[in-house]
Amino acid sequence: MNLEEYKGVFIYAQQVDNEISGIAYELLGKAKELAQPLNTEVTAVLLGSNVKNLADSLAEYGADKVIVVDDPELEVYRTEPYAHALASVINEYKPEIMLVGATAIGRDLGPTVSARVATGLTADCTVLEIGDFPLVPIPGKEAEQKHNQLLMTRPAFGGNTIATIACPNNRPQMATVRPGVMQKIDPIKGAKAEVIEYNPGFTKNNRYVTVKEVVKAVSDVADIMDAKILVSGGRGVGSPENFKMLEELAEVLGGTVSCSRAVVDAGWKPKDLQVGQTGKTVRPQVYFAIGISGAIQHVAGMEESDIIVAINKDEDAPIFDVADYGVVGDLNKIVPQLTASIKAALAAK
Amino acid sequence: MKIIVCIKQVPDTKGGVKFNPDGTLDRGAMLAIMNPDDKAGLEAALRIKDTHPGTEVTVLTMGLPKATDVLREAIAMGADKGVLITDRVLGGADTWATSTTIAGAIRNLEYDLIITGRQAIDGDTAQVGPQIAEHLGLPVISYAQDIQIDEANKTVTVQRQYDDRYHVLEAQMPCLITALSELNEPRYMSVGGIFDAFQAEITTWGRADLKDVDDANIGLAGSPTKIAKASDKVRKGAGEKVAPDSPEEAVSYIVGKLTEKHVI
Repeated sequence: MNLEEYKGVFIYAQQVDNEISGIAYELLGKAKELAQPLNTEVTAVLLGSNVKNLADSLAEYGADKVIVVDDPELEVYRTEPYAHALASVINEYKPEIMLVGATAIGRDLGPTVSARVATGLTADCTVLEIGDFPLVPIPGKEAEQKHNQLLMTRPAFGGNTIATIACPNNRPQMATVRPGVMQKIDPIKGAKAEVIEYNPGFTKNNRYVTVKEVVKAVSDVADIMDAKILVSGGRGVGSPENFKMLEELAEVLGGTVSCSRAVVDAGWKPKDLQVGQTGKTVRPQVYFAIGISGAIQHVAGMEESDIIVAINKDEDAPIFDVADYGVVGDLNKIVPQLTASIKAALAAK
Repeated sequence: MKIIVCIKQVPDTKGGVKFNPDGTLDRGAMLAIMNPDDKAGLEAALRIKDTHPGTEVTVLTMGLPKATDVLREAIAMGADKGVLITDRVLGGADTWATSTTIAGAIRNLEYDLIITGRQAIDGDTAQVGPQIAEHLGLPVISYAQDIQIDEANKTVTVQRQYDDRYHVLEAQMPCLITALSELNEPRYMSVGGIFDAFQAEITTWGRADLKDVDDANIGLAGSPTKIAKASDKVRKGAGEKVAPDSPEEAVSYIVGKLTEKHVI
């Protein structure tokens, strides 16, 4: 592998139902930063059916080029035609960095493609920067230190350990990036990218699966990742009916209700409200953890919140280890009174 | 039919993570358990065995010799055979080298279906399952929340979970499925099963037993990703914790803090 042949920062511009996912813009924001010290360009790879018209919005968020693979086979996400498309783009255009969102799609596409193009993949990164590997040269082997490497930092063990990883001898350097962490740029209205159409051709094989049905969860709620205030409930809330209390608290604060995995598993709330390792990463100004014990997988998704308020009847609940303000007590009594009290305080202003 | 379930022994984090006084992780204080998503995958395989007589379930793990504990636990739950892949030269493997190794072992076995957990609670990468499928040229369905088998037509129908939807997918066997914990509630070990488990022969394979695997793709040296720096994250210290005598007191405490921080 001639590493010098590989140039440019590429991102996978995920779209679902022909709508660009927020993570694509976040990746473009990060890619722009990474491209600067490398003195290179940012390319978005857009895969789908009838998606060409989406290229302009990628340009507005920082793409210099957009490679489009537009084919009816790519109408709905399936591992095989998508992996074939992305791996073919990588083999044809040879990027030095390939970023993919750590979404339910990217965490399937990323590993498949990285294995196909025989490179490393670092999962669920939260920090990406350009630097040296090893970080400090080995004495006597200064010349072997590699520069301009992608250094990928990721939490593991439910966020309790943190590792910085490099991929010095293979290209592209691939990472999946946790949604909600990287910052998108302010869109530049009217910006245009060079659009390159590429089609590697699709031949059906045993690896193609059939999509029998697409079942969408009916949800008209706001995205919890955008909320400034989250009122989050756990198993301790006791029943789906009791979530009414949390909804009322959220309403007076102009916030949104979210929940822990236990609540989703119990069928009380839909999956898209789930905070945590297997749900969403949130960083609101205020996070209320109500009846949430605080398993590390949950904490990993909310510990970056500015202020964490916890209410739990178990004084030993691990949530108190991360809460700024922890209250040991009965949520059924506290929450309704809290709502009334805040309502009164706001009315008095 | 023949099913292979890939399982991993991981440190238990359920009862909370234990920390050393300096805020780093106390690994020694945590028990080793079967990874939860893998256990759901095993349960899915055992349910297929319950309803499809003649099904054989082989559990396979890669790790240190003590990883036989999870193989025996799986047999006690109802699996038929256990395979341990262990060899010093395989240590330090990243997901590429791990999946290459496991694929090399699986090439020695017959199978219609391979099930892995979606991800392990120590690494959380969710990569090894899809990468095994890639090395073996199999269809992969990740994030399975429901699995139905049609043995006659050699197909599986799987509900594949996404954030705001699921897809019902049909794949030809042999194929690989990665299982979510949501899939089921794993059974307990049976008394007879525990007895069987300690009688059971565990097949142990080393480097030499891997089929079609290049030395350049195994262990630490064969791992494309290299650790530049690793540390236990020192957690932000706990804030205040109060135990008020009445709900009124609790409310005035919270309202006071929210006012102080200009939230209200």
